[in-house]
Amino acid sequence: MVSERPKVQFDKLTVRFGDHVALRDITLDVRHNEILGIIGPAGSGKTSLLRTLNRTLELTRGARVTGTVRIDADDIYRLGSVSDLRRRVGMVAPLPVGLPMSIYDNVAFAPRMSGVRDKTTLDGLVETCLTQAALWDEVKDRLADLGTKLSGGQQQRLTIARALSHEPEVLCLDEFSIAIDPVTTMRIEEVLKELKSTITILLVTNLVQQARRLADRSAFLLTSELVEVGPTEQLFGREPKDRRTFEYVHGMFG
Amino acid sequence: MRKGWSKRRAALERAKERAIELLIAVCGVSAVVFVFAIIYFVFREAAPLLFGGLDFGQFFGSEEWYPDSNSNKRYGALALIAGTVSVTTLAMVIAVPFGLGTAIYVSEFSTGRVKETLKIVIELLAAIPSVVWGFIGLVALNPLIIDAFGAPVGLNVLNGAFLLGLMSVPIMVSIGEDALKAVPDTYREAAEAMGATKWQVTWRVLLPAARNGLLAAVLLGVGRAIGETMAVLMATGHAVHIPTSPLDSVRTMTATIAAELGETARGSDHYRILFVLGTVLFLITFLVNLTADLAIRGIKKR
Amino acid sequence: MGVFQSSPEAQRRHFMQSVAKSVFACMTALLVLPVIAIVGLLFVRGGSALSFEFLFSAPLQGMTAGGIWPAIVGTVWLVGVSLAVAAPIGVLAAVYLNEYAGDSWLTRIIHLAIVNLAGVPSIVHALFGVGAFVLFFSLGTSILSASLTLAIMTLPVIIASTKEALSAVPMSFREACWNVGATRWQTIRHVVLPNSVAGILTGVILQVSRAAGETAPILFTGAAFFLPHLPQSVNDQCMALSMHLFTLSTQVPNVPPQITYGTALVLLLVVLSVNTTSIIIRSRVRRRRRW
Repeated sequence: MVSERPKVQFDKLTVRFGDHVALRDITLDVRHNEILGIIGPAGSGKTSLLRTLNRTLELTRGARVTGTVRIDADDIYRLGSVSDLRRRVGMVAPLPVGLPMSIYDNVAFAPRMSGVRDKTTLDGLVETCLTQAALWDEVKDRLADLGTKLSGGQQQRLTIARALSHEPEVLCLDEFSIAIDPVTTMRIEEVLKELKSTITILLVTNLVQQARRLADRSAFLLTSELVEVGPTEQLFGREPKDRRTFEYVHGMFG
Repeated sequence: MRKGWSKRRAALERAKERAIELLIAVCGVSAVVFVFAIIYFVFREAAPLLFGGLDFGQFFGSEEWYPDSNSNKRYGALALIAGTVSVTTLAMVIAVPFGLGTAIYVSEFSTGRVKETLKIVIELLAAIPSVVWGFIGLVALNPLIIDAFGAPVGLNVLNGAFLLGLMSVPIMVSIGEDALKAVPDTYREAAEAMGATKWQVTWRVLLPAARNGLLAAVLLGVGRAIGETMAVLMATGHAVHIPTSPLDSVRTMTATIAAELGETARGSDHYRILFVLGTVLFLITFLVNLTADLAIRGIKKR
Repeated sequence: MGVFQSSPEAQRRHFMQSVAKSVFACMTALLVLPVIAIVGLLFVRGGSALSFEFLFSAPLQGMTAGGIWPAIVGTVWLVGVSLAVAAPIGVLAAVYLNEYAGDSWLTRIIHLAIVNLAGVPSIVHALFGVGAFVLFFSLGTSILSASLTLAIMTLPVIIASTKEALSAVPMSFREACWNVGATRWQTIRHVVLPNSVAGILTGVILQVSRAAGETAPILFTGAAFFLPHLPQSVNDQCMALSMHLFTLSTQVPNVPPQITYGTALVLLLVVLSVNTTSIIIRSRVRRRRRW
């Protein structure tokens, strides 16, 4: 069941880096508990769109954001605490990052930073998140090992477990599969399908087939603009609203 | 209720963080505060004399340094300035070729273990305290110079310059090596692809490309030599006069301060003139370091 | 002889190359030599003085006999107090520069100030110490005045190596922490600092070596030629190894050479062993990265 009330609203969002416009006048809703695929060629602004949502974009020098972004009813650029916002939004970057601490501590890091001290609570949380990220079985006997010593695919799942550890309402994944093998990719895709029953997911990908497999709806970005958003079948079907969408998804450019 | 409690705790956490970040910022700008404090406190002790009767013509133009004379006090610093200039110049004659030569050898001609070992030795060379250098000048170089040159005393410009040369080499090597390392490898590869030997590459390509950094290396060495105190105090022989040969004894500005400050009464003109010397030294080294910094920045921008 | 036969021109170039290389190698060797010569000389002439008694007893008979214990104790005081002041300020300053400050005019000024702090002659630091701590803040000639002077003088050493250690921690670690809602300070405290401890330690150790070897800054701010008692607090004056070597070799007549050489040897060994420790830690760190 997909509810019609938007979970995330981008409204006339424009992002500039100095003189360069990275996103122009984007208006886009993300619905509760859907996977929204965001596709487009490199440099079309996909990553910037995600990074506005947890406000890490403003850490980049010269970045300027105008327009509004809302999660539920909250204008996120007017929230008091950026940390609170970032705990509501899970973010998985393209390259896996295991923090230089134990696997357990990697997952327990965020809860600890927000004040959770109770050992039983943390144990439970670590197990849940690692299970959700399909990593628990592989690491349950060596939780004290360094997170940085895991393989690339395992580190990416560790990153996802960490992104889930602060119980986010929205999960953003930015080309999560570029550094990992196809088998692991398929496992994570299964994970995402399960997760969407509880979480709203934004999936940036440059693999159009991945969006096709996973996304309920898809959005197509091209040269900083939103060309089209709609049900995935529509974008990938015979007659998307815009010709450029058709040309992109059928591999004519990009 | 629990929510209210955790909210209050979150606010407390945030306040604690603000306080820590404020402390970090304060420490961050502390270096600036200290530099201004140095200027202020040195200048403060020098000012009454500087603005109250110091004869600048005499200070810079006369070699008559009689700060203790009962009847006729004279503060001619020319001989002290000449002492600093002579020792520093001769030190650079020794140190510049050796410093840059070693920088080139370490950066371009040595690899692996040899390179690492050399860098460590040079680091250790830099670590030897200046009072130990002075002691070496006193007990080892002194008789050596007397024997070799038949000089009456071995505590002179040559002795001090030799020590200062060795002392300022490490900084030249490390900054010079950084400058050479900053030249992109593509330059080397392109030149070697055209059949140039390593030496030709170094001479025609690397040295011109690393010009600014090498200049900075030399300047920092000069700054080090001008400011060095204990070694020259012990090894140059305490003679306030303008040297005419490297075998003459001299006294530098730094050595004068170190030798005389202990004997002066606070607030006396003699005491203040030493702070005037300090102010001059500060200004010289400030300019040298500023120029070196600008030269280094030039490379980084490119 | 085939196509690759060397032309006279090529031979000349090859010859130039070997000459250049040998010249540079000789220059380098001539630099390395003094270090060995100095250490050797001090060992040969001062080694015989090194004994338990020499290290742990006080100077006697106008410093022409006895040991150097008060000087060792004094150096420990000076180094300890200056370290306690310089280490926290230096580390936090580096944290500010590497983690908070952007590329602004303020950062440039701070950088310039650090370069200057390192470049100001040690005797000018001494004048500053006299003008500021001894007189203006009325701390008198004391361990505190001398240590504060040393602390400011050696601050750049700690800042530079801490900054290097911090910037070796990959940016992606910080981003990962921010992504899960950790604040800037939490990220620094729990991820950046723990992973640069060894590098910071290197800088701190180098500061120790610098502070132990300096003489000029403590001459008029707190070090004494001779004191019959060991210092009891930071308000006392103290003897120091570096100062003691200066005193023995220039101010006191008829000191038996092995006492002076022995003092120089102890000072040199302290400084060089501290430096070597720092070098060893640094190379260990490079080999044993956790990522």
